[in-house]
Amino acid sequence: MSLIRIRNLCRRYVMGSEVVHALRGVSLDIGKGEYVAIMGPSGSGKSTLMNLLGCLDTPSEGEFLLNDKNVATLNDNQLAEIRNREIGFVFQSFNLLPRSDALHNVELPLIYSGVAKGERREMARSALAHVGLENRMHHRPNELSGGQRQRVAIARALVNNPSIVLADEPTGNLDSRTGEEILALFDQLSRKGNTIIVVTHEEEVALHARRVIRLRDGLIAVDELNIRYRTPPTVGDGISPPPIA
Amino acid sequence: MITTSELRETFLIAVAALRANVLRSGLTTLGVVIGIVTVTLMGTAINGLNNAFQKSIATLGSDTLFIQRFAWFSNDDWRVVRNRRPMTMQNARDVERMATLAAAVSVESNFGGTVTYDKKKARGVWIMGNTDRSIDVRGLSIAKGRWFSPAEISSARNVCVLGNYLAERFFPNQSPLGHRVKVNEIQYEVVGVIDKMGTFFTGFNMDNQIVIPVTRFEGDFQERPDYQIIVKVKDVTRLDDAEEELRGIMRKLRRIEPGLPDDFAINRQEAFLNFFRAVGGTIAAVGLFITSLSLFVGGIGIMNIMFVSVAERTKEIGIRKAIGAKRRSILLQFLVEAALITLFAGILGILVAWPLTLVINRFMAAQMSWWLVAIALLVSVMTGVIAGFIPAWRASNLDPVEALRAE
Repeated sequence: MSLIRIRNLCRRYVMGSEVVHALRGVSLDIGKGEYVAIMGPSGSGKSTLMNLLGCLDTPSEGEFLLNDKNVATLNDNQLAEIRNREIGFVFQSFNLLPRSDALHNVELPLIYSGVAKGERREMARSALAHVGLENRMHHRPNELSGGQRQRVAIARALVNNPSIVLADEPTGNLDSRTGEEILALFDQLSRKGNTIIVVTHEEEVALHARRVIRLRDGLIAVDELNIRYRTPPTVGDGISPPPIA
Repeated sequence: MITTSELRETFLIAVAALRANVLRSGLTTLGVVIGIVTVTLMGTAINGLNNAFQKSIATLGSDTLFIQRFAWFSNDDWRVVRNRRPMTMQNARDVERMATLAAAVSVESNFGGTVTYDKKKARGVWIMGNTDRSIDVRGLSIAKGRWFSPAEISSARNVCVLGNYLAERFFPNQSPLGHRVKVNEIQYEVVGVIDKMGTFFTGFNMDNQIVIPVTRFEGDFQERPDYQIIVKVKDVTRLDDAEEELRGIMRKLRRIEPGLPDDFAINRQEAFLNFFRAVGGTIAAVGLFITSLSLFVGGIGIMNIMFVSVAERTKEIGIRKAIGAKRRSILLQFLVEAALITLFAGILGILVAWPLTLVINRFMAAQMSWWLVAIALLVSVMTGVIAGFIPAWRASNLDPVEALRAE
């Protein structure tokens, strides 16, 4: 049983009199605990795929089963519930609420899922501690560095213990050193068994993933194991990746 | 279901949003503030008028019937009714003799005139002709001295009882009893002073009166005075029966053929109440209209600002939706924000209206009551909810992908 099962997924947009085919029939399976990078040049449909995977959007055609549930047929409220429980988003521009402190930002998904205050606080604290921000709980986003903001966003993504962490260019707004830190955090999450899907156009980012899916013109062009995992099994156990040079 | 933690969050967001835009929110409230001030002032005025009226009307007595030439409030053709014969003293005596349901009968007549004492002169005094029974029928009480005796009435003695205001005016530092005042150049000896009665809701000062035996009217002032016969009934629950009995008696006394209309009217307090209800209803309707107009304008302002607020926070809406906020959460968030703005406006409006009612109260009765405050606040919140609905609905229906793309 795979966590995500997509068959012949299509997404069309109507722009004026023109119909844009953003996805033309994508099929893929993603298992629990996988670390997948979705790559592709702009216009390849990777943003569209990520919106569909994140249940922010519904396909025009095709099948999308998430945990055996057909997401394509759900209504707005049911989708909101799925997003709340099953998906943790990490965005390029962090997308934190500017007027709320780190703790409140991390609490937000729990508020919408109706977790009681005491428990909520505790979960948010531990999520923040998990990304190394236990001393920044009451700072607002503008009092935090870019890397710290992204850590808050990751804590928010993880706090509801979702099935998938969905990251859209998570290092796009960060300098390379901070970016590496964030990616190291993703590696760590992956080792702990989280399912991670990263949408990116940067090869260095994709290198961290175990599997790389390359899109071109709304179709999957390549779906392969990351080059590091293609080395003979004698090098490692085949599960934990060798260090990046 | 919306959970309490979500409600709390909703409330906190709204407060934060308002605090971030204090000036803008404040300016927006102006229209609603004016609306609420109008509501409250209108309410206090109607309320005050009502109280004053109830107090005044009580002096008429709910157990009293007034047999007079004309009905108090009627649509009778004036050309038809103006030739009605006056009530006569004999009518009154006969009524007193024949009415079985009456506790007391008084004959009265009145007009406005000038009263003098020494060199003091009071114009526009209510000169009232009464009998020995009038004190009971009118429900008066005596502050000093006494009321008329039956003998004084039957012999038409030159005696009078002063209203409180007139007594104070003529005799500021002495007892008026035993002194003589002049009404139309005829002298009357003061035998009593009536307790303070206050003003009628029309503004008429009931203490500016002088009472003389009604038997002096004929001759002293008028050739054929227009008397009214006032009947206090024994049992207020049988007021209708008493009225029918009086009607029968009067028709017989005045020899009205069966089938012809009455040439007199039997009035009662209720007529005043009905009249007042009609007038009060009109005032309230006009007030409501003006108020709803200003609230409408205020509401449009709120709607406008909520559209701006939604547009500004498109990104935030996108984030919240991505994280799992449902439509109703977003809807509620903006509705609460709009309602908070208008609630604030309502409180402001009441704070403005309160001193104003105190000022108004110097000219006419006005009272701000708790229920009025409650209604004003309720109305303001409703304005916010109604005005905020379309913007909030639009926000709740935003596409999360589009919203997240906004800057």
